Amino acid sequence: MIETQQLTKKYGDLVAIQDLSFRVEEGRIWGLLGPNAAGKTTTMRILTGYLPATAGRASVAGYDVFEQSEAVKQSIGYLPETVPLYPEMTVESYLGFVAEIKRVPASRKKAAIDRAVQIAGLQPVRKRLIRNISRGFKQRTGIAQALIHNPRVVILDEPTIGLDPAQIKEIRDLIKSFKGEHTVMLSSHILAEVKEVCDGVVIINEGRLMASGSLEELARSYSQNDGVYLKLDRVDGEILGLFRQQLPGLKAAAVEGTEIRLEWPWGQDLRTQILRSCLERNLEIKEMRSLAMNIEELYLRIVSGGMKQ
Amino acid sequence: MSPVWSITKKELVSYFTSPIAYIVIAIFSLLSGFFFYSLVWWFNTQALQMSQNPYYFQQININQMVFAPLFHNLSIILLLMLPVVSMRLFSEEKKMGTEELLLTSPVSVIQIILGKYLAALIVLLAMLGLSAIPTILTFIYGNPEPVPYLLGYLGLFLLGAAFLGLGIFWSALTENQIVSAVLTFGSLLLFWVLSWAAYSARGLWQDVLNYLSFFEHFDGLTKGVLDTSDLVYYLSFAFFGLFLTHSVIQFRRWR
Repeated sequence: MIETQQLTKKYGDLVAIQDLSFRVEEGRIWGLLGPNAAGKTTTMRILTGYLPATAGRASVAGYDVFEQSEAVKQSIGYLPETVPLYPEMTVESYLGFVAEIKRVPASRKKAAIDRAVQIAGLQPVRKRLIRNISRGFKQRTGIAQALIHNPRVVILDEPTIGLDPAQIKEIRDLIKSFKGEHTVMLSSHILAEVKEVCDGVVIINEGRLMASGSLEELARSYSQNDGVYLKLDRVDGEILGLFRQQLPGLKAAAVEGTEIRLEWPWGQDLRTQILRSCLERNLEIKEMRSLAMNIEELYLRIVSGGMKQ
Repeated sequence: MSPVWSITKKELVSYFTSPIAYIVIAIFSLLSGFFFYSLVWWFNTQALQMSQNPYYFQQININQMVFAPLFHNLSIILLLMLPVVSMRLFSEEKKMGTEELLLTSPVSVIQIILGKYLAALIVLLAMLGLSAIPTILTFIYGNPEPVPYLLGYLGLFLLGAAFLGLGIFWSALTENQIVSAVLTFGSLLLFWVLSWAAYSARGLWQDVLNYLSFFEHFDGLTKGVLDTSDLVYYLSFAFFGLFLTHSVIQFRRWR
C-alpha cells in the first residue's frame, strides 16, 4: 500500500534521506521512528506529494507519487506536524472547506463532515471557532480533516505531540480504531506509543533505514533467544541443574547477581513450566520479566547501529 | 464546486472575519469620500466664479475637474492600501502551516493562486464599489460623461489588479506579513517613480521607463481614452505577478 525504493532527498549538499526502501501492507498501522532530524518528516512530505524526491521511487495506494501525484493526493489523508488549521473558521466550515479541496462531491459533503466529526469525536465543538477550542480538539480536528475524504492511506506526523496524557490516550485509541480500514503511517518519538498502536515500524537515523518490520520480528532479529530474568526468594546451587533437567527446551541458564537468566529459542514459551518447577521446589517468585529487549532498548540499539546478534 | 472558488470563499471568510478587510474598505471609503467632497466643493467654487464669464463657463468639465483628479488620488491610496490586502495571502498559510494542507490536496498550485487572487480582487471591487456610491450622485445632480467615469474605475480596477499581482508574489516569498507588505509597497513605489526618472532619461530609455510606469498607462483611462496597450500592460503585469508566484512556490518545493 505504501512502498518506497531507494528514496533519496537532498537539500543542496545536505542529505535528508538516502536510499530509503520499505513497504507497508494494506490495513496495517506502521510507525516511522527516528531521532530528531532523522528524515521522518521529509519522508512523509515526499509520500504526500508535498516535496519531490531527488532520486528513487515511491508509491502510495498503487499510484506512483511522482507520476500520478493527483491520484496519490486523492488517496491520502495527511496530518502534518503543525496541525493545518484556520483559527477564524468553525470546525464544521473548516471540514467543509477541506472536503471541497479534497474533491468530495457536493452531494456527499455533509455526510463526509458528519462522519469525520463522529469518528474524531468533535460533536461538542462542531459549531465553535477553531481558535476557541482546546489543543486536544484541535488535534482531533486535524485528524478529522485527514479522514474527511475517507482515504485509503492516512499519514500522521507526530499525532500526539503537545497533548496531555488523557488526550494522548484518546488520540491513540482513535488511531487504533483505523486498523483494517485505513493503512496508517505515523511518526513518533514516543516508543510506548508505537508499541501500543503500531503493527510494525520503520526505524531511520540520519536519513538511512536502520530497520523495518514488525516489533516481534525486530526483537527476534536483534536477540537470538527469547527468555526471562527470574528473581527468587533464594538461589541455591542446584536450581540451575533443576531447570536444565525439567525444561528440555532451555538453551541457556545462568545466575546473574540476584537473578537467574533463562533462555530458550524463539517460538517456545517455557514460562508455565518455570512456574511449575518453582512451585514444586517451594521457591517463591519475586519477579519474572522478559529477556527480550523492550522497545526502548531495541530502538537505541538499532539507532546506534548496534550489531544484530 | 470548483477548487478555485472553494479557496476564494475560504479567503473571503479570512478577510471578513479579521478586521483587515473592514479597516481597508472603511479607510479607503473615508479617504475617497473626503477627496470627492473636496473636489466637488472646489469645482462648485470654480463653477460659480467662471459663471461670470460665458467663455470660461463653457470650459467647465466635471470629468476633468472632479473625476480625473479623484481617480489619481484614489490610485495613490490603492498603492498604499493594497499591500495590506495582499500581504497575508501566502505568508499566513506558511506561518500557520496550512500551506502543507493546500499543497497535499488534489488542487493544483495554479488553482490555489487563482483562488487567492480572486478573493483579493473581490476585496478590491468592494473598495471601489463602496467608494463609487457618492460619486453616482453627480449623475443625479449633474451631467458628467459616463464613458470617462467608467473607464476611470476600470483603470483603478486594473491598476489594483496589477498591484495585487505583485503583492501576492511577495507574500509567497516570506512568512512575515509585515515584510510582505513593505516589499510590495516598496516595489510599487519604485514603479511609480519610474515615470519621474523617465523625465530625465532620453531616447529609448525614456520610452522604456515610461512604459513600465503604472501611472503613465492610467492617465489615458481617466481621460476616457481606452488604449489596448494600457489594458495589455495591466493584465500582463498582473499575469507576470501570478506567474512569479507560481515559480516561487514550485522552486521552494523543488530546490
